[in-house]
Amino acid sequence: MNNSNVMNPVYRKRLLAHRVGIALSVAAMSAGLIFLLWILATLLINGFSALSVNMFTQTTPAPGSEGGGLWNAIAGSLMMVGLSTIVSTPIGILAGIYLAEYGEQSKLAQLTRFVTDIMLSAPSIVIGLFVYALYVANVKHFSGYAGSLALSLIAVPVVVRTTDNMLKLVPNGLLEAAFALGAPRWKVAMTVRLRAVKAGVITGVLLAVARISGETAPLLFTALNNQFFNADMNKPMANLPSVIYQFAMSPYDNWRSLAWGGALLVTFSVLGLNILSRTLFAQKAPK
Amino acid sequence: MPDSANSTMSTASSASTVSHQAMLSTMRKQRIQDAIFHKVTMAFALSVLLVLVGIIISLVLGALPAFQHFGPAFITTVEWDPVNDEYGALIAIVGTLSTAGIALLIAFPVSFGIALFLTEICPVWLRRPLGTAIELLAGVPSIIYGMWGLFVFAPLFADYVQPFLKATLGQVPFIGALFSGPTMGIGILTAGVILAVMIIPFISSVMRDVFEIVPAVLKESAYGLGCTRWEVVRKVVLPYTKNGVVGGVMLGLGRALGETMAVTFVIGNANKLSWSMFAAGNSIASVLANEFAEAESKLHVSSLYALALILFVITLIVLSSAKLMLLGMSRKEGVK
Repeated sequence: MNNSNVMNPVYRKRLLAHRVGIALSVAAMSAGLIFLLWILATLLINGFSALSVNMFTQTTPAPGSEGGGLWNAIAGSLMMVGLSTIVSTPIGILAGIYLAEYGEQSKLAQLTRFVTDIMLSAPSIVIGLFVYALYVANVKHFSGYAGSLALSLIAVPVVVRTTDNMLKLVPNGLLEAAFALGAPRWKVAMTVRLRAVKAGVITGVLLAVARISGETAPLLFTALNNQFFNADMNKPMANLPSVIYQFAMSPYDNWRSLAWGGALLVTFSVLGLNILSRTLFAQKAPK
Repeated sequence: MPDSANSTMSTASSASTVSHQAMLSTMRKQRIQDAIFHKVTMAFALSVLLVLVGIIISLVLGALPAFQHFGPAFITTVEWDPVNDEYGALIAIVGTLSTAGIALLIAFPVSFGIALFLTEICPVWLRRPLGTAIELLAGVPSIIYGMWGLFVFAPLFADYVQPFLKATLGQVPFIGALFSGPTMGIGILTAGVILAVMIIPFISSVMRDVFEIVPAVLKESAYGLGCTRWEVVRKVVLPYTKNGVVGGVMLGLGRALGETMAVTFVIGNANKLSWSMFAAGNSIASVLANEFAEAESKLHVSSLYALALILFVITLIVLSSAKLMLLGMSRKEGVK
């Protein structure tokens, strides 16, 4: 560009607008990254000192007592998330298969797809309230099963959505080849189409696990909490998010420290699952 | 298939008709299997619909006593007084809408900047890692945002940002009242800022997706006319993706409205109505989180159900419109 162009006031104004716009964009991006790093750094600084063997072997301390760990909460969370995953995976995958197989012709399937997308972002506390009204209020006690049910309701739409999206990526030629060999539709759907995007479907399940591992709101009125270790899912169960909530708001120093330790544990597991699912799918994406 | 195998052996003379029959029976069997497959998968898909219907029915049933007792005035009543068993939803509704509104005002420009950076400015090799980093913000559990907001962000906000806002915007007539009062760090404004950080990844990822479907020809034509990159984005990309951008923003709004734990930590949980955004308040979700497990009286429980119903209806409307706008966008992608 020559000198006369640069001197042109119209051009100069446009260039200025461009530079300001780009600078703001870079600033926005930096702000996003700064918030992420800030949160992670906070967790590491406050939570690292709480990480110890005791955290994994001792149960949550009584008010005012020293020491203690999070073993009952970790076990409770693992059990509830585990059960929810076992329940929601087959439901989500089969529903996703229905949407991908029959979704184009049927109005019902399109409505289901629409509702699934809405349920993905529905307020999780309302789900907790629903499970309370449906289950807890009827059996008249909080329980690990109720917590698992609430978590499953949150996980299913995640699995449905990813399964549906992944199945749509399977090339038609592959399906037509299977049909040409005389395979019935269910066989093509289950053994050809689903298998082709196995990694993608597993991604969806991992994302669902990551999503429900950090959920607190739906557990407040379903699993409640429990100060002791409990393997009976028909009773109130300790879980990491609820314990973090209770301990973070408490006046006791060792409780707060444990809350930060638990927060560190939850966040890094959830983010780890997120990254794992991304790399898994990135390797196997059928493209 | 023992039957068809037997018949094939016994009547070897008419092999062709028999194998034809065997084929027919196999086909019949497969047709039944396919029908079962169709119905079974449909049942699972319908379960998602059923849950939505179930949620609405159970909330309506739970909310009925409160609406019968207070009438429609429940929505416009300010009082929320568990001691005297008087309930009105206005404080919580205002808290929910104002925190989500503040979050949108902050998150929209920032998300736009991020999407612009990731699609137009960033070197290709950096796109994936940076995009993932922003999406990880969405993965951080909301309770973590709450702890970070309460213990780290709010004190800094009270010491530096709020006094600054009070000294500048607080002096402006009319809007000054929004930035007045004690600078405690927790309150409506803090909740809005934290919510903004939480919804930025959702909005920016939708924006990034819709920016990417703008046909290259359109952008190249604009560049060919001598447009700057900023002008291409403002005058070609943004108008082309308008519906998608609005859809993404609505999606973020839907998330912000229902967010519970982060808001409960930083909003201050006070049943007061105030013009100041520095003041503590309450949102529907935070009232539910704080009071539902301890609610004793029938009317209290029912009023909480009524709040949940209001929240659910608002989010349903917002998310449905978001979805409809994004559907229009993906149709555009189809015809490109």
